[in-house]
Amino acid sequence: MQQTGKYASILVILGLVLLALTLLNISLGSVHIPFKDIFSSLFNAEVSKETYSYIILDYRLPKAFTAIIAGSGLAISGLLMQTMFRNPLAGPYVLGLSSGASLGVAIVIMGATLIGGPFVALALSKWTLVIASSLGSLIVLFAVVLASVRLRDTMAILIVGLMFASLTGAVVSILSYFSPAAQLQQYIFWSFGSLGDLSWTEVGILGIFWFLGISLAVFSIKNLNSLLLGEEYARSLGVNIGRNRMLIILATSLLAGSITAFCGPIAFIGLAVPHLIRQVLPVNNHLILLPAVILGGAILMLICDIVSQLPGMEFTLPINAITSIIGAPVVIWLLIRKQKFLF
Amino acid sequence: MKPNFQNINLKTSNLEIGYQDKRGIKSIAKNINIEAHTSELIAVIGVNGIGKSTLLRSISGIQQPISGTIEIEGQNLREMNDLQRASQISLVLTNQPISKNLSVFELIALGRQPYTNWLGKLSKIDIEKIENAIALTSIQPLKDRKCYELSDGQLQRVLIARAIAQDTPIIILDEPTTHLDMYHKAYVVKLLQKLAKQTGKTIIFASHEVNLAIQICDKIILMHPEETQINTPNHLISTGAFQDLFPKDLIHFDEISGAFRIKNKE
Repeated sequence: MQQTGKYASILVILGLVLLALTLLNISLGSVHIPFKDIFSSLFNAEVSKETYSYIILDYRLPKAFTAIIAGSGLAISGLLMQTMFRNPLAGPYVLGLSSGASLGVAIVIMGATLIGGPFVALALSKWTLVIASSLGSLIVLFAVVLASVRLRDTMAILIVGLMFASLTGAVVSILSYFSPAAQLQQYIFWSFGSLGDLSWTEVGILGIFWFLGISLAVFSIKNLNSLLLGEEYARSLGVNIGRNRMLIILATSLLAGSITAFCGPIAFIGLAVPHLIRQVLPVNNHLILLPAVILGGAILMLICDIVSQLPGMEFTLPINAITSIIGAPVVIWLLIRKQKFLF
Repeated sequence: MKPNFQNINLKTSNLEIGYQDKRGIKSIAKNINIEAHTSELIAVIGVNGIGKSTLLRSISGIQQPISGTIEIEGQNLREMNDLQRASQISLVLTNQPISKNLSVFELIALGRQPYTNWLGKLSKIDIEKIENAIALTSIQPLKDRKCYELSDGQLQRVLIARAIAQDTPIIILDEPTTHLDMYHKAYVVKLLQKLAKQTGKTIIFASHEVNLAIQICDKIILMHPEETQINTPNHLISTGAFQDLFPKDLIHFDEISGAFRIKNKE
């Protein structure tokens, strides 16, 4: 039981790191705001400049929350998929969620210009993109679930997801080929991903989906542990494989689907964070792995957000590029240092 | 057969096994009537593809039989839910995608899943059962090791310990001796014999180690294309049941030594 204590203290440390990074995250930005004023705005006290409290409360804080929700949500989706498929290469998007979202958004942005007229103005609205992305994810997801009901083999679902990704990718390519430069650019900007620009209402909606998805994941902890022995063993331990599979697919869709709808397809976090955590914390029990991955995902996302808007720079780099630029070397370094791939 | 005072743990009546799909029913074996008692070690013997695995999968409830019934401690297997079945039958399988990052203790502890709460927290009784399983299989020194550090033979003992921790009246093993050297094959089968006697469990395993099974097992389920029979090794030898187990061109069964031998040139 000594080990449980060790894991608990690591979780506490991760929690403190998260708190510190959140503070650092909201203290950085294109406008320099003194630390004193940041605290004052957070605790509703006197602020030396009116605009400071606006920037903190209505721009930086929702962005930090979005980063925490997106990072942790995607990381948990990745963990769920890796355990369910017993495959280290699985991530939140293996079910074709992001390709479905891309297709939805591509059709709206690039398809609208083909039709022309009032559709063009409509396509520029953010909520249109959110709805298009959700619908796209839902349709592809529905197809994958339909296939998975008929498929006995869990591995086959992985292939079906990849095939759908490839299919929708092809349709997006064709749409891009016929699109004017401006629309193409808008689509590409969407695909870079973005954590900013979310109002508190939108952060709230995202938060509800996050809570539902995480609750389902917590509810599946015991079954996830059984799956570490493979499906046959899990079944012999009393796990209803079909029902559990649906539950995990539902959790992943709620998390990755809602995040993709609001932030665009953010790559890498979902694939990498579970591996990072396994390298740092040599543990398999999802009871510990789950909170650790939630914290790890949020931490990595905050770091990426800080880097993407490094102080002194005029513009913000695309978050989707930063996640890989920071994440990939860390995973490689950890693998080489430990000399052992733990899965 | 000597009279039996023991309880019947497993009983199949007119069992027919095989696969069912859109194209129809593919029967693999039928008329299987098996009775297995407490403390018995039973081997399932037959040529490749005869249906040993299908039989074991059917008995363990992973696969639906085509017809007939399977009873475990008097209860029909078909009427049990997932959890009830998990407290009656435990499995030891080969070639599963087990997370090698698990420690030996963690892996064995997963055997307690049917009994733990919704978060899988181990109670005092659970830990006692796990320690007991570790002691019975003599793997105390391995307890804190990771599974990737184990040899095949050690991993096999750990998987057997996990099944014991699951605390079921029946343990089913699918070819537990593959990949092992001659010594470890004997070691595993002797271990199973010891466990059956000490714990009163019924242990059924599929194996190609006919010579070992004849020497150690209480009973053998012999699968022929025409029929499946169960009896003591001695009885099966005396009725010549092993004679036509395999094609006769390369090996023959020597009834005096009770083992298969390579045919010498005639």
